[in-house]
Amino acid sequence: MLLGPSLLLSALLFTIGVAGVLLRRNAIVIYMCVELMLNAVNLSFVALSQVHGLPGQVFVFFVMTVAAAEAAVGLAIILAIFRHHKSVDLRNINLLRG
Amino acid sequence: MHLPLVLSALAQDAGAVTEAGATLRTSVALILGLPLLGFLVNGALSLWKPTAKTAVSIIGPGVLLVAFVLAVLRFRELSGLWATAPAATQIVTFWSWLPVGSLKVDFAFQLDQLSMVMLLVVTGVGSLIHLFSVGYMKEDEGYARYFAYLNLFVAFMLVLVLGASFPMMFIGWEGVGLCSYLLIGFWFTEKANADAGKKAFIVNRIGDFGFLIAMFLMWQAFGSLSFQDVFAKAPQVLPAGGAVITAITLFLFLGCTGKSAQIPLYTWLPDAMAGPTPVSALIHAATMVTAGVYLVARSNVLFAMAPASQAVVAGIGALTALFAATIGLRQYDIKKVLAYSTVSQLGYMFLGVGTGAITAGVFHLVTHAFFKALLFLGSGSVIYAMHHAYHATHSHEDAQDMRNMGGLIRYMPVTGVLMLIATLAIAGIFPLSGFFSKDEILAFAFGRGEHEPAFRLFWAMGATAALLTAFYMARLMAMTFFGQNRTGEKEREHLHEAPWIMTGPLLVLGVLTIFGGWLNLPEFAAFLGHPEGLHHWLEPITAQGDRVAEGLGTVARLPEHGTEITLVLIASAIAVVGLVWGFWATNRKPTLAAHDAVPEEGFWKVLYHKYYVDELYDHAIVQPLVWLSSVVLWRKVDQGTIDGAGVNGVARLSAALGWLGTRLQSGQLTGYVTLFVVGVLYVLGMVAWR
Repeated sequence: MLLGPSLLLSALLFTIGVAGVLLRRNAIVIYMCVELMLNAVNLSFVALSQVHGLPGQVFVFFVMTVAAAEAAVGLAIILAIFRHHKSVDLRNINLLRG
Repeated sequence: MHLPLVLSALAQDAGAVTEAGATLRTSVALILGLPLLGFLVNGALSLWKPTAKTAVSIIGPGVLLVAFVLAVLRFRELSGLWATAPAATQIVTFWSWLPVGSLKVDFAFQLDQLSMVMLLVVTGVGSLIHLFSVGYMKEDEGYARYFAYLNLFVAFMLVLVLGASFPMMFIGWEGVGLCSYLLIGFWFTEKANADAGKKAFIVNRIGDFGFLIAMFLMWQAFGSLSFQDVFAKAPQVLPAGGAVITAITLFLFLGCTGKSAQIPLYTWLPDAMAGPTPVSALIHAATMVTAGVYLVARSNVLFAMAPASQAVVAGIGALTALFAATIGLRQYDIKKVLAYSTVSQLGYMFLGVGTGAITAGVFHLVTHAFFKALLFLGSGSVIYAMHHAYHATHSHEDAQDMRNMGGLIRYMPVTGVLMLIATLAIAGIFPLSGFFSKDEILAFAFGRGEHEPAFRLFWAMGATAALLTAFYMARLMAMTFFGQNRTGEKEREHLHEAPWIMTGPLLVLGVLTIFGGWLNLPEFAAFLGHPEGLHHWLEPITAQGDRVAEGLGTVARLPEHGTEITLVLIASAIAVVGLVWGFWATNRKPTLAAHDAVPEEGFWKVLYHKYYVDELYDHAIVQPLVWLSSVVLWRKVDQGTIDGAGVNGVARLSAALGWLGTRLQSGQLTGYVTLFVVGVLYVLGMVAWR
């Protein structure tokens, strides 16, 4: 039921997430885009569980848990960066430059 | 004991190459090993106990005397064998040296009539010169080192003359070159001496290159390098007069021009006089420099197959004989005169062997070893006396300059008389040794000129050189031993004859110089004794070459009896005229001592400066080479190309690649993510459209 449209929506959301990560510079926005990608994946898990059974739906809960943990850590890091740089613009954060 | 048995067994095997018996094996091992042992012991003494001069004086000449005695014993034995089986060449194989694929070179030595002659000359004359050195060098600090080098030289020289293949001969060939270098630069603290050693070594490398190329060509053509195989196969495999055999022989001869100081590579020999005088006698007159003549005589089959090469050998020989003799006319250093004389006499030997008269060439080699060793040792005796006289008065005059000598026969009569005998011998006065050997060469050249007119020209050059030889030797004697003494008032009192250890060998050489001609008396002198001794002795060696030459119609023959007598009379007249003229021209007006001498003028100046050949070589070859190596090869090729493009180029390439790598590490998170996404898309694409 509605498998095709669901997966299409999932792909659309994922692509928007990827585009956001690639194009935006604000760490908070990028973080939100990452969340968007995770949820796009969750949507496809749920949709595909119609075909493959329950484990897909179970997996969604794991993803959500990990995403929550990641939110805690990620936001803490962003906060620390903001304190240091007075900005969350990733263009200014380039300590890894060779 | 069992020796007669061995000999008779060998004799039955007439005409075949025989593997030598145990006695001969031991003898050869000892003859070669003793000088080597002498080198090791004397070398060790020179390093750890250079003051042990008595031990060195016994070991140095001792090993050689024993080797000489052994050689004489083997000579007596084998001459008995060869009387019945002339072609029974004795091969002594010690071990297989180079078994590489189909190339097999044994560490083997060969005793036949030719190597026996060389063996006796090298050990015999070598022993005398070693004895002389005991007196000449006794006050030198490097006494032990000197005898170590001298012993090593003899060991290598024996390898050269006894080796049974071209590579074995090459070992000796290179070894004597090394010892020559070491002994020329024996007093290496003076740069000129060290330079002379280097010059000899480097000029010889050019010749050795020719020898090597010749060996490569022979290996390609015959598949073997042993004398037996090469000389047996050559006439069957290669067409006579063909390009290959001509190339082989010419490259061999290039080796000879280096080692035996022929045009164009002769320039090192006069400079080699920087070494001690006995060294000049042994290495640069009697033995090493004759190695080239030995090589041509040994390879007479190959040369007989290439008449063009023979003409080159004879022509270069005749030209060298004449050219060097003219330079000898105007030298003042007594050893330089003798050095150019040696170059000139070597030219005669090559004229002989080039003409195809192998026996004549070898005969002159032997007699020259006698009289030139005598001349050099005599000059050594003179220099010894002069040096002591100047040393006693703390004078810094040149002890080798003939302008500082004169009238020495009153102070050193033995040396003077013996050198006079040698002078008459080298000039060609009947019946001294040089007369017979030189005339035989000239007669054969004249005889071959009957069909090949070029050889008449060579004969004329040789005859002219004989006149000059007589002239410069008479000049040498007149300046050194006759006329007014110019050494100096105080110095004169210190002039005296050399000790017996030096005059003794001179006396022996004097006897050999007088009677050396009896080795190979010509037919017309048969009233003096058995004629053509050496010729018959060497017949087994020269027979095959003569057969080849017979087929080609290039065989060297003596002219008719009447013509030969005429030639002999002409040669004798030339010698007498040269001698008288030389004495007269030198003593016509008094000679000035070296420090009063006026510079030479006109053509004499050109002769005094040796035709400026050294300068010519310097400008034409040495300096362009130095320019090429310093400017082109060093700055452009090495520093520019190899260092620039090669070594530094690789470094720069790595640095550039590394720099590109750092551009990827932008530190921008977006950049990494972009790459990540592209990578994922690529992998997905691979999976989807596999």
